[in-house]
Amino acid sequence: MSNMLEVADLGHTYGDYEAIGGLTFTVRAGELVCVVGPSGCGKSTLLRTISGLITPSRGDVSLKGSHLAVVFQDYQRSLFPWLTVQGNVEFPLRSLPRAERRARAAEALEWVGLGKAAKKRPWQLSGGMQQRVAIARALAYRPALLLMDEPFASVDAQTRFELEDLLLRVRREHDTTVLVVTHDIDESVYLGDRILVLSNSPARLVADLDVPLPAERDQVTTRTDEAFVALRSKVARLLNVGKPSIDVEKWAAAERESLSETVPS
Amino acid sequence: MRAFTRGLIGIAGFLALWELLGRSPLLPADALPPPSLVFGELVTQLTSSEFISHVVATVLAVLIAIGIAIAIAVPSGLVLGSVPAVRHATRAVIEFLRPIPSVALIPLALVMLGFGPETKITLAVYAALWPILFNTIYALDELDPLLVETSRVFGTGRVGVLFRVALPSALPFVLTGIRLAATTALIVMVSVELMAGSEIGLGYFIMEARSGPGRMDQVLVGTVVAGAIGVLLNNGLERIRRRWVAW
Repeated sequence: MSNMLEVADLGHTYGDYEAIGGLTFTVRAGELVCVVGPSGCGKSTLLRTISGLITPSRGDVSLKGSHLAVVFQDYQRSLFPWLTVQGNVEFPLRSLPRAERRARAAEALEWVGLGKAAKKRPWQLSGGMQQRVAIARALAYRPALLLMDEPFASVDAQTRFELEDLLLRVRREHDTTVLVVTHDIDESVYLGDRILVLSNSPARLVADLDVPLPAERDQVTTRTDEAFVALRSKVARLLNVGKPSIDVEKWAAAERESLSETVPS
Repeated sequence: MRAFTRGLIGIAGFLALWELLGRSPLLPADALPPPSLVFGELVTQLTSSEFISHVVATVLAVLIAIGIAIAIAVPSGLVLGSVPAVRHATRAVIEFLRPIPSVALIPLALVMLGFGPETKITLAVYAALWPILFNTIYALDELDPLLVETSRVFGTGRVGVLFRVALPSALPFVLTGIRLAATTALIVMVSVELMAGSEIGLGYFIMEARSGPGRMDQVLVGTVVAGAIGVLLNNGLERIRRRWVAW
């Protein structure tokens, strides 16, 4: 399989603050890769450098194909309120003739099950439906890579399951290459073919794990699968979940010290 | 419906008060003709082609002034709002020009432009520019960066972002600016007609009615009609805003 995305020694620094400290990884064609890391570890910076919104301080991002698409976490602010659902999905297709634009938008809306909502305005839809519009917009653009920035972090749990399964279905049906950035360990294991675990900032690659689960996944059975549970624990350990960070230990020590000073013995 | 009824009661109360005041001995005779007289005169005037031509002249001049103000202020606002360098360079001049009352510019305008309709239109444009300009700049400040990033990710260039994202997203603010500007333009228009320059228009009609025959009922007819034009402009533009900008 060929590589769709190659990231080589990617690093980014804002002033003195190093957000990403040299990342190297690839995403193969048709693969769904999840990037998981502690919050504030530079995941957003990574996504912004890959999407070309910011130029990285060092390193290389090379995409096989002309363009990528992004689905942002905040669907409400990412959809154009003055356009209809159809208009939003057509937005990236401006260079195409009108008829083809129409057809592609209609098709993408069918894929996400929103064929009937084409004439509505985004704000007339529920949150989950709005995020489906954003996904349809990204798919209609036929990107070499679909980048998703915490795509399901702003919807309720039920909707989140629905959208996860929708993503798995459309990417299987249309052979889309996807890179999902998330802080949710369960989600990364459930969605991914591979998981990239990042360290705290500056973000470095801690592990590159294959997900040993069948391609067909199910919200109930997959999540109770032994392989799922084992991998989830592994990622959690890698991310140091549940253990106090060094800072917390320092604070605790300082607090104990101050207490022993004030408490009369 | 209750709000509508209350509105009617309010208007009826106002008219009753006016009627009482007009007929009371507190004011000199004929200084404030009561509404019963004024509305009679209004009906007479509305059938007079001369009065209608005054009204049309004012309304037309106001509409032209709003159109010119939009054509100047919206593009300027887009430039000032998206190019910080231009905005900083012009800030001092704008802060100086903005508070100058249009009416204070009448002598200057008369000398520069003469006594034709250019003068009153220019002064109304001057007054109407500011609300549109500032609302456009403000709207660009409020432009959501995520919308811009979304459009950039989908291959939209700088100019594309300006026209396909910044301008539509600014539209609600711009329309509010236009609505405020319309009322201002009307006020300035009638004031300039009243004070100088014009041979036609509602302001001129009011002035003539007072200084010639001293017909206060006609003066008030002019006033009432000016108010009605203001209400119609305001409501019409508000309706357009709601229709176009539902979000």
